[in-house]
Amino acid sequence: MRCKRGVVAVWEPETAKMNRSNAKPLEFAASSDALSAPQTSHAHQIAAAKRAVKSAREESPLVKTLLVGVALAFLALVLVAPLFVVFAEAFRKGWEVYRASLVEPDALAAIKLTLIVALIAVPLNTLFGVAAAWAIAKFRFKGKNVLTTLIDLPFAVSPVISGLIFVLLFGREGLFGPFLEARDWKIIFALPGLVLATIFVTFPFVARELIAFMETQGNSEEEAAVSLGASGFQTFWRVTLPSIKWGLLYGIILCNARAMGEFGAVSVVSGHVRGETNTIPLQVEILYNEYQFAASFALASLLTVLGLFTLAIKSWVEFRAHQQIKEGESK
Amino acid sequence: MPKPSTFRLKERSVLPGFGLSMGVSLVYLSLIVLLPLSMLFFKTSQGGWEAFWKAAFSERALASYRITFGASFLAATINLFFGFLVAWVLSRYTFPGRKFVDALIDMPFALPTAVGGIALTTAYGPNGILGAPLTSFVQKLGESSFVQNVSSSAWGVWYAQTAFADFLRTSGLSFAEFKVSYSPLGIVVALTFISLPFVVRTVQPVISQLDGHLEEAAASLGASRWTTFKRVLLPLVFPALLTGYALGFARAIGEYGSVVFIAGNQPFQTEISPLLIITRLEEYDYSGATAIAVVMLLTSFVLLLSINALQAWSRRRLGA
Repeated sequence: MRCKRGVVAVWEPETAKMNRSNAKPLEFAASSDALSAPQTSHAHQIAAAKRAVKSAREESPLVKTLLVGVALAFLALVLVAPLFVVFAEAFRKGWEVYRASLVEPDALAAIKLTLIVALIAVPLNTLFGVAAAWAIAKFRFKGKNVLTTLIDLPFAVSPVISGLIFVLLFGREGLFGPFLEARDWKIIFALPGLVLATIFVTFPFVARELIAFMETQGNSEEEAAVSLGASGFQTFWRVTLPSIKWGLLYGIILCNARAMGEFGAVSVVSGHVRGETNTIPLQVEILYNEYQFAASFALASLLTVLGLFTLAIKSWVEFRAHQQIKEGESK
Repeated sequence: MPKPSTFRLKERSVLPGFGLSMGVSLVYLSLIVLLPLSMLFFKTSQGGWEAFWKAAFSERALASYRITFGASFLAATINLFFGFLVAWVLSRYTFPGRKFVDALIDMPFALPTAVGGIALTTAYGPNGILGAPLTSFVQKLGESSFVQNVSSSAWGVWYAQTAFADFLRTSGLSFAEFKVSYSPLGIVVALTFISLPFVVRTVQPVISQLDGHLEEAAASLGASRWTTFKRVLLPLVFPALLTGYALGFARAIGEYGSVVFIAGNQPFQTEISPLLIITRLEEYDYSGATAIAVVMLLTSFVLLLSINALQAWSRRRLGA
């Protein structure tokens, strides 16, 4: 950032002159039509210079329209088409079939299981996220970069591998396999395995959002609170939390969306027992492979609505954060 | 802040709670991430080098790497161009619905991969809203007199015997048997879908921070718009573009959910490495699955390290 400004500083005198010197703007304008009319009036000269600046900074309207068109066409093919297909297929056989596929016992069991998994995984990752963000964003210590990289690690791991490692730990031939089998405890192909794999996959979300948010906030407000005699918990609850609440909310929502939608990792540890260890995405897969497209897409539409809701929250949080910055500036 | 004379793990601070928050973070991190991940290497070391080599580089595994990395490479490259274009259009131009489109870019992040998978498969399938018109268009193109003439000419006959033509045919890219879903092309489509946000979201902030003065300066020195773009703007955006490319590529390599639906899952043709891991697991071949996982994981780490090096390099270059 600093040097970028340095680069700009080299150019600043010229551009500043160009903007300021209304008397002779043509010297600095590259546009040929401005140069070809040296005798026009003052107002014309200004207009020509403005045009020249505009043409230097922007593409012609035709090029613009073309670029926007190509970009939107690409997005329509890759993003909008699948979105449209989800709802079109879900409602193809009408509202009744849609409703029936959602209240069918196996579907209800899948919805319930997904909610339970998310209800365990998301709060745990939120607690960890807050703790990690407090340590990383508020203190300076050796090995901070290593810790941040380790937190991001699950992003670099394929979902399938995320499931595999828990099979290697708790599966029948795994490290703790004999121990678990002797006590008849089930982790793999049961709820604990689903929860563990989900926690692993959604591990970085809250921490990442919060670290970024808290680092921009700085320490001064907390330091003021502590110097006024607030306890650590009071400082966090009354000073830090109000200022990070939007980042926290977005982190939780994103974590939740991923937790409910996780497929690869959960698929490895689930065992795919209908009505017992099938989460919504796994039920979607089974129904799809059985050519029950309407039922499959009906369940998929639930997750799609969750995804759209997540995006809406994100836009709203960004809007709020923007407003907060604006308010801070106007104060 | 003055440098402390003695070695200190942590700089002094008036804020409380470092020990507690750090302790909680480290314990949780070790239990959830480090211990399970280390199992991969523990399991590998148990089986011995020979067994690892045999499982990790068998014919079928090699074919799966080729497909996974090849399709990821193609998808990331497609996003290099279109992702940049989208980021440029979104941060530079105003058009109706821009905010909506901007929010939509994150869709592949928020949409479960399985849902993306079945939706893309249906859309690009033989009867899908995109697949049907695309297939009939390519078939008509193949029946047109121009293509017929070219393929019956000496060049066409020579081309049809090349390995490249063979490769395209098996990839579903022939006029007569064109298909997107259930072909390698489908894998590329799915991977393009899931890796698009990485390029756009990495490049977008850099484009919106570009200083307009630079462009004015370039233009005032007589550069055309295209030259300004090529010589002034693109070099500034390039590090971010490369980072987004690597991030998208890394994400595509590990992708499973969206690909299993759209790929035909034929061994040696459309079987990606994550799927092969699951196949091995279902055969109770745990060391075989682990070997492939280790190869993939190490590749991801190398990519992650190069992304970090890339970012350090671009920071040094921009001097921030």
